[in-house]
Amino acid sequence: MIAFKGVGKRFANGTQALRDLSFTIGAGEFVSLLGPSGCGKSTALRLVAGLLAPDAGEITYSGGKPEIGFVFQEPTLMPWADALTNARLPLDLKHAPRDFADARALAALARVGLKGFEHAYPRELSGGMKMRVSIARALAAEPKLLLLDEPFAALDEITRNVLGDDLLRLWREDGLTVLFVTHSVSESSYLSQRVLVMTPRPGRIAGDIALAKGRDNRLSPQTIEAQHVISDALGRAMAA
Amino acid sequence: MKRVLDIALPALVAGLVLGLWQWAVAHWQVPVYVLPAPSAILRAFADNFTSLMTSLLSTLTVTVEAFFAATILGTATAIAFSQSRLLERTFYPYAVILQVTPVVAIAPLILIWVGFEHINLALCIIATIVAFFPILAGATLGLKSADFNLIDLGRLYGASPMQILWRIRLPTALPYLLSGMKTAGGLALIGAVVAEFVAGSGTATGLAWRIVESGNRLEIATLFAALMLLAVTGVFIFAALSLLEWLLLRRWHESAISHQS
Repeated sequence: MIAFKGVGKRFANGTQALRDLSFTIGAGEFVSLLGPSGCGKSTALRLVAGLLAPDAGEITYSGGKPEIGFVFQEPTLMPWADALTNARLPLDLKHAPRDFADARALAALARVGLKGFEHAYPRELSGGMKMRVSIARALAAEPKLLLLDEPFAALDEITRNVLGDDLLRLWREDGLTVLFVTHSVSESSYLSQRVLVMTPRPGRIAGDIALAKGRDNRLSPQTIEAQHVISDALGRAMAA
Repeated sequence: MKRVLDIALPALVAGLVLGLWQWAVAHWQVPVYVLPAPSAILRAFADNFTSLMTSLLSTLTVTVEAFFAATILGTATAIAFSQSRLLERTFYPYAVILQVTPVVAIAPLILIWVGFEHINLALCIIATIVAFFPILAGATLGLKSADFNLIDLGRLYGASPMQILWRIRLPTALPYLLSGMKTAGGLALIGAVVAEFVAGSGTATGLAWRIVESGNRLEIATLFAALMLLAVTGVFIFAALSLLEWLLLRRWHESAISHQS
Protein backbone atom coordinates (compact mmCIF):
# COMPACT_ATOMS: atom_id res chain seq x y z
CA MET A 1 0.00 0.00 0.00
CA ILE A 2 2.82 2.40 0.94
CA ALA A 3 6.46 2.24 -0.05
CA PHE A 4 9.25 4.47 1.32
CA LYS A 5 12.42 4.36 -0.77
CA GLY A 6 15.52 6.12 0.55
CA VAL A 7 13.47 8.85 2.18
CA GLY A 8 15.35 11.66 3.92
CA LYS A 9 14.07 14.70 5.79
CA ARG A 10 16.02 17.63 7.15
CA PHE A 11 14.28 20.42 9.06
CA ALA A 12 14.81 24.14 8.55
CA ASN A 13 16.90 24.29 11.74
CA GLY A 14 19.38 21.81 10.22
CA THR A 15 18.28 18.70 12.12
CA GLN A 16 18.51 15.60 9.95
CA ALA A 17 15.42 13.73 11.18
CA LEU A 18 15.47 10.82 8.73
CA ARG A 19 18.09 9.43 6.39
CA ASP A 20 17.66 6.68 3.80
CA LEU A 21 14.43 5.38 5.30
CA SER A 22 12.98 2.46 3.32
CA PHE A 23 10.07 0.16 4.12
CA THR A 24 6.83 -1.10 2.64
CA ILE A 25 3.46 -1.66 4.24
CA GLY A 26 0.89 -3.97 2.65
CA ALA A 27 -2.86 -3.43 2.61
CA GLY A 28 -4.57 -4.71 5.75
CA GLU A 29 -1.41 -4.93 7.85
CA PHE A 30 -1.06 -3.69 11.42
CA VAL A 31 2.49 -2.36 11.62
CA SER A 32 4.23 -0.73 14.57
CA LEU A 33 6.97 1.80 14.04
CA LEU A 34 9.10 1.47 17.16
CA GLY A 35 12.06 3.56 18.22
CA PRO A 36 13.51 5.79 20.92
CA SER A 37 12.01 9.25 21.34
CA GLY A 38 13.41 11.77 18.88
CA CYS A 39 14.28 9.13 16.27
CA GLY A 40 11.97 10.66 13.67
CA LYS A 41 9.04 8.23 13.86
CA SER A 42 6.51 11.04 14.12
CA THR A 43 8.18 12.73 11.15
CA ALA A 44 7.86 9.48 9.18
CA LEU A 45 4.16 9.35 10.04
CA ARG A 46 3.65 12.94 8.86
CA LEU A 47 5.43 12.06 5.62
CA VAL A 48 3.02 9.16 5.11
CA ALA A 49 0.07 11.51 5.69
CA GLY A 50 1.49 14.06 3.25
CA LEU A 51 1.66 16.73 5.96
CA LEU A 52 5.39 16.97 5.23
CA ALA A 53 7.26 16.52 1.96
CA PRO A 54 10.47 14.45 1.84
CA ASP A 55 13.63 16.15 0.57
CA ALA A 56 15.24 12.90 -0.57
CA GLY A 57 13.91 9.60 -1.87
CA GLU A 58 10.31 8.91 -2.76
CA ILE A 59 7.05 7.80 -1.18
CA THR A 60 4.62 5.85 -3.35
CA TYR A 61 1.12 4.58 -2.72
CA SER A 62 -0.09 1.65 -4.76
CA GLY A 63 -3.56 2.45 -6.07
CA GLY A 64 -3.32 6.16 -5.29
CA LYS A 65 -3.16 7.95 -1.96
CA PRO A 66 -5.72 6.29 0.33
CA GLU A 67 -8.21 8.03 2.60
CA ILE A 68 -6.24 8.61 5.81
CA GLY A 69 -7.28 8.86 9.45
CA PHE A 70 -4.79 10.46 11.84
CA VAL A 71 -4.71 10.17 15.64
CA PHE A 72 -2.25 12.32 17.57
CA GLN A 73 -0.62 11.72 20.94
CA GLU A 74 -2.94 14.35 22.42
CA PRO A 75 -6.68 14.06 21.70
CA THR A 76 -6.43 17.36 19.72
CA LEU A 77 -10.14 18.12 19.96
CA MET A 78 -11.90 21.44 19.45
CA PRO A 79 -12.77 22.46 23.06
CA TRP A 80 -15.65 24.66 21.85
CA ALA A 81 -17.45 21.80 20.13
CA ASP A 82 -19.23 18.71 21.49
CA ALA A 83 -18.14 15.14 20.75
CA LEU A 84 -20.45 14.84 17.75
CA THR A 85 -19.19 18.05 16.11
CA ASN A 86 -15.62 16.98 16.78
CA ALA A 87 -16.14 13.55 15.23
CA ARG A 88 -17.88 15.17 12.25
CA LEU A 89 -14.99 17.53 11.44
CA PRO A 90 -13.48 15.55 8.52
CA LEU A 91 -16.92 15.32 6.87
CA ASP A 92 -17.73 18.99 7.52
CA LEU A 93 -14.46 20.01 5.92
CA LYS A 94 -15.40 17.99 2.84
CA HIS A 95 -18.81 19.72 2.74
CA ALA A 96 -20.69 16.46 3.30
CA PRO A 97 -24.47 16.93 3.77
CA ARG A 98 -25.32 17.42 7.44
CA ASP A 99 -27.66 14.41 7.80
CA PHE A 100 -25.14 12.09 6.25
CA ALA A 101 -22.27 13.53 8.31
CA ASP A 102 -24.26 13.28 11.54
CA ALA A 103 -25.16 9.65 10.86
CA ARG A 104 -21.53 8.76 10.13
CA ALA A 105 -20.19 10.60 13.17
CA LEU A 106 -22.83 9.06 15.46
CA ALA A 107 -21.97 5.59 14.18
CA ALA A 108 -18.26 6.24 14.71
CA LEU A 109 -18.86 7.44 18.28
CA ALA A 110 -20.99 4.36 18.99
CA ARG A 111 -18.22 2.10 17.68
CA VAL A 112 -15.69 3.52 20.14
CA GLY A 113 -18.16 3.11 23.02
CA LEU A 114 -19.30 6.71 23.33
CA LYS A 115 -23.01 6.25 22.69
CA GLY A 116 -24.82 8.77 24.88
CA PHE A 117 -21.87 11.18 25.03
CA GLU A 118 -22.54 12.83 21.65
CA HIS A 119 -23.26 16.21 23.21
CA ALA A 120 -20.57 16.17 25.88
CA TYR A 121 -17.82 18.77 25.57
CA PRO A 122 -14.18 17.64 25.71
CA ARG A 123 -13.65 19.18 29.15
CA GLU A 124 -16.49 17.01 30.49
CA LEU A 125 -14.77 13.81 29.30
CA SER A 126 -11.93 11.78 30.84
CA GLY A 127 -8.57 11.44 29.09
CA GLY A 128 -9.49 8.02 27.71
CA MET A 129 -12.86 9.21 26.45
CA LYS A 130 -11.26 12.20 24.72
CA MET A 131 -8.92 9.81 22.95
CA ARG A 132 -11.96 7.77 21.91
CA VAL A 133 -13.52 10.89 20.36
CA SER A 134 -10.24 11.44 18.53
CA ILE A 135 -10.36 7.86 17.18
CA ALA A 136 -14.04 8.27 16.24
CA ARG A 137 -13.11 11.40 14.29
CA ALA A 138 -10.46 9.44 12.40
CA LEU A 139 -12.99 6.65 11.68
CA ALA A 140 -15.74 9.06 10.56
CA ALA A 141 -13.93 9.67 7.28
CA GLU A 142 -13.94 5.87 6.71
CA PRO A 143 -10.19 5.68 6.15
CA LYS A 144 -8.33 2.86 4.44
CA LEU A 145 -5.19 3.79 6.33
CA LEU A 146 -5.13 4.68 10.02
CA LEU A 147 -2.05 6.50 11.32
CA LEU A 148 -1.56 6.73 15.09
CA ASP A 149 1.20 8.76 16.72
CA GLU A 150 1.77 7.33 20.23
CA PRO A 151 -1.96 7.68 20.85
CA PHE A 152 -2.00 6.03 24.28
CA ALA A 153 1.25 7.43 25.67
CA ALA A 154 -0.50 9.98 27.90
CA LEU A 155 -3.03 7.50 29.34
CA ASP A 156 -2.92 5.25 32.38
CA GLU A 157 -2.17 1.56 31.86
CA ILE A 158 -5.73 0.31 32.39
CA THR A 159 -7.20 2.75 29.87
CA ARG A 160 -4.30 2.07 27.51
CA ASN A 161 -5.00 -1.67 27.50
CA VAL A 162 -8.73 -1.25 26.93
CA LEU A 163 -8.15 1.18 24.06
CA GLY A 164 -5.54 -1.14 22.57
CA ASP A 165 -8.07 -3.99 22.48
CA ASP A 166 -10.65 -1.65 20.93
CA LEU A 167 -8.15 -0.66 18.27
CA LEU A 168 -7.51 -4.33 17.43
CA ARG A 169 -11.25 -4.94 17.12
CA LEU A 170 -11.71 -1.95 14.80
CA TRP A 171 -8.79 -3.09 12.67
CA ARG A 172 -10.25 -6.61 12.32
CA GLU A 173 -13.77 -5.39 11.61
CA ASP A 174 -12.84 -2.80 9.00
CA GLY A 175 -9.90 -4.44 7.26
CA LEU A 176 -7.94 -1.23 7.90
CA THR A 177 -4.26 -0.78 7.34
CA VAL A 178 -2.76 0.53 10.58
CA LEU A 179 0.58 2.25 11.10
CA PHE A 180 1.14 2.65 14.82
CA VAL A 181 4.00 4.77 16.13
CA THR A 182 5.11 3.83 19.64
CA HIS A 183 8.08 3.63 21.97
CA SER A 184 6.54 0.79 23.95
CA VAL A 185 7.90 -2.71 23.31
CA SER A 186 4.97 -4.36 25.13
CA GLU A 187 2.35 -2.39 23.16
CA SER A 188 3.93 -3.25 19.80
CA SER A 189 4.44 -6.91 20.76
CA TYR A 190 0.76 -7.43 21.48
CA LEU A 191 -0.99 -5.16 18.95
CA SER A 192 0.91 -5.46 15.70
CA GLN A 193 1.65 -8.14 13.13
CA ARG A 194 4.93 -6.56 12.20
CA VAL A 195 7.35 -4.24 13.97
CA LEU A 196 9.68 -1.84 12.20
CA VAL A 197 12.51 -0.91 14.58
CA MET A 198 14.16 2.46 14.03
CA THR A 199 17.62 3.72 14.98
CA PRO A 200 18.18 6.94 16.93
CA ARG A 201 18.26 10.11 14.83
CA PRO A 202 18.68 10.25 11.90
CA GLY A 203 16.17 7.43 11.81
CA ARG A 204 16.59 4.41 9.58
CA ILE A 205 14.98 0.97 9.73
CA ALA A 206 17.24 -1.30 11.77
CA GLY A 207 14.94 -4.30 11.95
CA ASP A 208 11.78 -5.60 10.29
CA ILE A 209 10.22 -8.23 12.54
CA ALA A 210 7.21 -10.32 11.55
CA LEU A 211 5.59 -11.52 14.76
CA ALA A 212 4.33 -15.08 15.23
CA LYS A 213 0.63 -15.83 15.66
CA GLY A 214 -0.92 -16.86 18.96
CA ARG A 215 -0.42 -13.59 20.83
CA ASP A 216 -4.01 -13.72 22.05
CA ASN A 217 -3.38 -11.81 25.24
CA ARG A 218 -0.71 -9.59 26.70
CA LEU A 219 0.83 -12.32 28.83
CA SER A 220 0.70 -15.34 26.50
CA PRO A 221 4.11 -17.02 25.98
CA GLN A 222 4.07 -15.95 22.32
CA THR A 223 3.64 -12.28 23.32
CA ILE A 224 6.44 -12.51 25.87
CA GLU A 225 8.64 -14.20 23.28
CA ALA A 226 7.85 -11.39 20.81
CA GLN A 227 8.87 -8.84 23.44
CA HIS A 228 12.29 -10.50 23.74
CA VAL A 229 12.79 -10.47 19.98
CA ILE A 230 11.75 -6.81 19.69
CA SER A 231 13.88 -5.77 22.68
CA ASP A 232 16.94 -7.45 21.17
CA ALA A 233 16.38 -5.70 17.86
CA LEU A 234 15.88 -2.37 19.63
CA GLY A 235 19.10 -2.93 21.60
CA ARG A 236 21.03 -3.55 18.37
CA ALA A 237 19.39 -0.49 16.77
CA MET A 238 20.44 1.71 19.69
CA ALA A 239 24.03 0.45 19.52
CA ALA A 240 24.27 0.84 15.74
CA MET B 1 -24.85 33.56 50.76
CA LYS B 2 -21.69 34.42 48.82
CA ARG B 3 -23.70 36.35 46.24
CA VAL B 4 -25.55 38.30 48.94
CA LEU B 5 -22.22 39.33 50.49
CA ASP B 6 -20.90 40.32 47.05
CA ILE B 7 -23.64 42.94 46.88
CA ALA B 8 -24.16 43.73 50.56
CA LEU B 9 -20.54 44.58 51.45
CA PRO B 10 -19.92 47.19 48.71
CA ALA B 11 -23.43 48.62 49.35
CA LEU B 12 -22.61 48.96 53.05
CA VAL B 13 -19.40 50.85 52.23
CA ALA B 14 -21.32 53.12 49.82
CA GLY B 15 -23.93 53.88 52.49
CA LEU B 16 -21.28 54.68 55.11
CA VAL B 17 -19.28 56.93 52.76
CA LEU B 18 -22.38 58.79 51.53
CA GLY B 19 -23.66 59.25 55.10
CA LEU B 20 -20.29 60.54 56.30
CA TRP B 21 -20.07 62.84 53.26
CA GLN B 22 -23.56 64.27 53.89
CA TRP B 23 -22.78 64.81 57.56
CA ALA B 24 -19.32 66.35 56.95
CA VAL B 25 -20.60 68.85 54.38
CA ALA B 26 -23.33 70.02 56.76
CA HIS B 27 -21.08 69.99 59.84
CA TRP B 28 -18.26 72.09 58.37
CA GLN B 29 -20.63 74.10 56.14
CA VAL B 30 -18.61 73.33 52.98
CA PRO B 31 -19.71 75.70 50.18
CA VAL B 32 -21.75 73.98 47.47
CA TYR B 33 -19.30 75.19 44.75
CA VAL B 34 -16.48 73.24 46.44
CA LEU B 35 -18.14 70.02 47.51
CA PRO B 36 -21.89 69.57 47.25
CA ALA B 37 -23.61 67.09 49.59
CA PRO B 38 -24.96 63.83 48.07
CA SER B 39 -28.49 65.19 48.51
CA ALA B 40 -27.57 68.29 46.45
CA ILE B 41 -26.10 66.10 43.72
CA LEU B 42 -29.27 64.04 43.66
CA ARG B 43 -31.34 67.24 43.39
CA ALA B 44 -29.14 68.54 40.55
CA PHE B 45 -29.56 65.19 38.82
CA ALA B 46 -33.36 65.37 39.13
CA ASP B 47 -33.49 69.03 38.04
CA ASN B 48 -31.33 68.40 34.95
CA PHE B 49 -32.62 64.93 34.25
CA THR B 50 -33.76 65.50 30.64
CA SER B 51 -30.69 67.41 29.52
CA LEU B 52 -28.33 65.00 31.29
CA MET B 53 -30.02 62.04 29.58
CA THR B 54 -29.70 63.78 26.21
CA SER B 55 -25.99 64.26 26.91
CA LEU B 56 -25.65 60.66 28.04
CA LEU B 57 -27.31 59.49 24.83
CA SER B 58 -24.88 61.58 22.79
CA THR B 59 -21.78 60.20 24.58
CA LEU B 60 -23.17 56.66 24.59
CA THR B 61 -23.85 56.80 20.83
CA VAL B 62 -20.25 57.81 20.11
CA THR B 63 -18.99 55.14 22.54
CA VAL B 64 -21.04 52.32 21.06
CA GLU B 65 -20.26 53.29 17.46
CA ALA B 66 -16.55 53.52 18.28
CA PHE B 67 -16.65 50.19 20.10
CA PHE B 68 -18.23 48.40 17.14
CA ALA B 69 -15.92 50.12 14.66
CA ALA B 70 -12.88 49.14 16.75
CA THR B 71 -14.12 45.54 17.10
CA ILE B 72 -14.71 45.13 13.38
CA LEU B 73 -11.53 46.94 12.28
CA GLY B 74 -9.37 45.27 14.94
CA THR B 75 -10.64 41.78 14.14
CA ALA B 76 -10.35 42.34 10.39
CA THR B 77 -6.78 43.62 10.77
CA ALA B 78 -5.87 40.65 12.97
CA ILE B 79 -7.33 38.24 10.40
CA ALA B 80 -5.32 39.95 7.64
CA PHE B 81 -2.18 39.64 9.82
CA SER B 82 -2.89 35.96 10.49
CA GLN B 83 -3.13 35.24 6.76
CA SER B 84 0.06 37.06 5.83
CA ARG B 85 3.20 37.22 7.95
CA LEU B 86 4.51 39.89 5.57
CA LEU B 87 1.48 42.09 6.19
CA GLU B 88 1.89 41.72 9.95
CA ARG B 89 5.61 42.55 9.83
CA THR B 90 4.91 45.62 7.72
CA PHE B 91 2.00 47.12 9.59
CA TYR B 92 2.14 45.93 13.22
CA PRO B 93 4.69 48.62 14.18
CA TYR B 94 2.27 51.29 12.94
CA ALA B 95 -0.52 49.84 15.05
CA VAL B 96 1.81 50.09 18.06
CA ILE B 97 2.70 53.70 17.18
CA LEU B 98 -1.00 54.51 16.98
CA GLN B 99 -1.44 52.94 20.40
CA VAL B 100 1.45 54.66 22.21
CA THR B 101 0.84 58.15 20.80
CA PRO B 102 -1.38 59.98 23.32
CA VAL B 103 -4.75 60.40 21.66
CA VAL B 104 -5.16 63.89 23.16
CA ALA B 105 -2.21 64.91 21.01
CA ILE B 106 -3.72 63.76 17.71
CA ALA B 107 -7.33 64.64 18.51
CA PRO B 108 -7.03 68.31 17.40
CA LEU B 109 -5.66 67.18 14.02
CA ILE B 110 -8.53 64.77 13.50
CA LEU B 111 -11.06 67.44 14.46
CA ILE B 112 -9.56 69.80 11.89
CA TRP B 113 -9.32 67.18 9.14
CA VAL B 114 -12.83 65.81 9.62
CA GLY B 115 -14.23 69.26 10.26
CA PHE B 116 -16.42 70.60 13.01
CA GLU B 117 -19.48 70.23 10.83
CA HIS B 118 -19.03 66.44 11.21
CA ILE B 119 -18.25 66.62 14.90
CA ASN B 120 -19.78 63.25 15.82
CA LEU B 121 -17.75 61.48 13.13
CA ALA B 122 -14.59 63.11 14.47
CA LEU B 123 -15.41 62.07 18.04
CA CYS B 124 -16.13 58.58 16.84
CA ILE B 125 -12.80 58.30 14.99
CA ILE B 126 -10.87 59.47 18.06
CA ALA B 127 -12.66 57.01 20.34
CA THR B 128 -12.14 54.22 17.80
CA ILE B 129 -8.38 54.85 17.78
CA VAL B 130 -8.33 54.53 21.57
CA ALA B 131 -10.35 51.30 21.59
CA PHE B 132 -8.70 49.68 18.56
CA PHE B 133 -5.47 48.26 19.97
CA PRO B 134 -6.72 45.83 22.65
CA ILE B 135 -8.99 44.24 20.02
CA LEU B 136 -6.12 43.90 17.55
CA ALA B 137 -3.73 42.57 20.20
CA GLY B 138 -6.26 40.10 21.60
CA ALA B 139 -7.45 38.82 18.24
CA THR B 140 -3.90 38.54 16.87
CA LEU B 141 -2.73 36.51 19.86
CA GLY B 142 -5.87 34.36 19.71
CA LEU B 143 -5.59 33.60 16.00
CA LYS B 144 -1.98 32.55 16.55
CA SER B 145 -2.86 30.30 19.48
CA ALA B 146 -4.65 27.68 17.38
CA ASP B 147 -3.50 24.08 17.95
CA PHE B 148 -0.97 23.21 15.21
CA ASN B 149 -2.07 19.59 15.16
CA LEU B 150 -5.67 20.64 14.65
CA ILE B 151 -4.61 22.78 11.68
CA ASP B 152 -2.59 19.85 10.31
CA LEU B 153 -5.69 17.70 10.65
CA GLY B 154 -7.61 20.28 8.63
CA ARG B 155 -4.93 20.17 5.92
CA LEU B 156 -5.09 16.36 5.92
CA TYR B 157 -8.80 16.57 5.12
CA GLY B 158 -8.24 19.16 2.42
CA ALA B 159 -9.54 22.21 4.30
CA SER B 160 -9.25 25.56 2.53
CA PRO B 161 -7.56 28.49 4.33
CA MET B 162 -11.06 29.96 4.81
CA GLN B 163 -12.26 26.75 6.50
CA ILE B 164 -9.20 26.67 8.77
CA LEU B 165 -9.83 30.30 9.68
CA TRP B 166 -13.54 29.86 10.28
CA ARG B 167 -13.59 26.47 11.97
CA ILE B 168 -10.32 26.44 13.89
CA ARG B 169 -8.56 29.80 14.18
CA LEU B 170 -11.54 32.08 14.94
CA PRO B 171 -13.10 29.86 17.66
CA THR B 172 -9.66 29.56 19.28
CA ALA B 173 -9.35 33.35 19.17
CA LEU B 174 -12.78 34.01 20.69
CA PRO B 175 -11.77 34.10 24.40
CA TYR B 176 -8.81 36.37 23.59
CA LEU B 177 -11.01 38.61 21.45
CA LEU B 178 -13.66 38.89 24.19
CA SER B 179 -11.00 39.82 26.72
CA GLY B 180 -9.81 42.55 24.34
CA MET B 181 -13.41 43.69 23.87
CA LYS B 182 -13.88 44.10 27.63
CA THR B 183 -10.89 46.43 27.74
CA ALA B 184 -11.97 48.18 24.54
CA GLY B 185 -15.48 48.88 25.87
CA GLY B 186 -14.10 50.99 28.73
CA LEU B 187 -11.53 52.61 26.44
CA ALA B 188 -14.20 53.60 23.90
CA LEU B 189 -15.98 55.53 26.65
CA ILE B 190 -12.72 57.16 27.78
CA GLY B 191 -11.95 57.99 24.14
CA ALA B 192 -15.37 59.57 23.63
CA VAL B 193 -14.93 61.70 26.77
CA VAL B 194 -11.39 62.79 25.84
CA ALA B 195 -12.58 63.66 22.32
CA GLU B 196 -15.39 65.80 23.72
CA PHE B 197 -12.97 67.61 26.01
CA VAL B 198 -10.69 68.40 23.07
CA ALA B 199 -13.60 69.45 20.86
CA GLY B 200 -14.62 71.92 23.56
CA SER B 201 -17.96 73.41 24.38
CA GLY B 202 -20.32 74.72 21.77
CA THR B 203 -19.75 71.82 19.39
CA ALA B 204 -20.14 68.62 21.37
CA THR B 205 -23.23 67.90 23.48
CA GLY B 206 -22.13 64.88 25.50
CA LEU B 207 -21.49 64.32 29.19
CA ALA B 208 -17.86 65.48 29.04
CA TRP B 209 -19.01 68.78 27.64
CA ARG B 210 -21.54 69.00 30.49
CA ILE B 211 -18.68 68.51 32.95
CA VAL B 212 -16.62 71.30 31.37
CA GLU B 213 -19.61 73.62 31.21
CA SER B 214 -20.73 72.89 34.78
CA GLY B 215 -17.18 73.49 35.97
CA ASN B 216 -17.04 76.84 34.21
CA ARG B 217 -20.34 77.87 35.82
CA LEU B 218 -19.30 76.49 39.22
CA GLU B 219 -22.35 74.18 39.14
CA ILE B 220 -20.40 71.53 40.96
CA ALA B 221 -23.48 69.47 41.87
CA THR B 222 -24.38 69.08 38.19
CA LEU B 223 -20.74 68.27 37.44
CA PHE B 224 -20.88 65.46 40.02
CA ALA B 225 -24.16 64.19 38.58
CA ALA B 226 -22.61 63.99 35.09
CA LEU B 227 -19.53 62.31 36.57
CA MET B 228 -21.67 59.68 38.33
CA LEU B 229 -23.54 59.01 35.10
CA LEU B 230 -20.22 58.42 33.30
CA ALA B 231 -19.05 56.00 36.00
CA VAL B 232 -22.35 54.10 35.93
CA THR B 233 -22.16 53.92 32.13
CA GLY B 234 -18.64 52.51 32.31
CA VAL B 235 -19.70 49.86 34.83
CA PHE B 236 -22.72 49.00 32.70
CA ILE B 237 -20.58 48.53 29.56
CA PHE B 238 -18.18 46.29 31.47
CA ALA B 239 -21.03 44.24 32.94
CA ALA B 240 -22.72 43.83 29.53
CA LEU B 241 -19.48 42.60 27.93
CA SER B 242 -18.79 40.26 30.86
CA LEU B 243 -22.26 38.80 30.38
CA LEU B 244 -21.60 38.34 26.65
CA GLU B 245 -18.31 36.61 27.48
CA TRP B 246 -19.98 34.28 29.94
CA LEU B 247 -22.78 33.42 27.48
CA LEU B 248 -20.33 32.54 24.72
CA LEU B 249 -17.74 30.66 26.79
CA ARG B 250 -19.70 29.01 29.59
CA ARG B 251 -19.82 25.58 27.98
CA TRP B 252 -16.17 25.13 27.17
CA HIS B 253 -13.67 27.69 28.35
CA GLU B 254 -11.88 27.34 31.71
CA SER B 255 -12.29 31.05 32.45
CA ALA B 256 -16.10 30.81 32.45
CA ILE B 257 -16.43 27.64 34.50
CA SER B 258 -16.57 27.62 38.28
CA HIS B 259 -14.22 25.17 39.90
CA GLN B 260 -16.34 23.78 42.70
CA SER B 261 -18.50 21.72 40.33
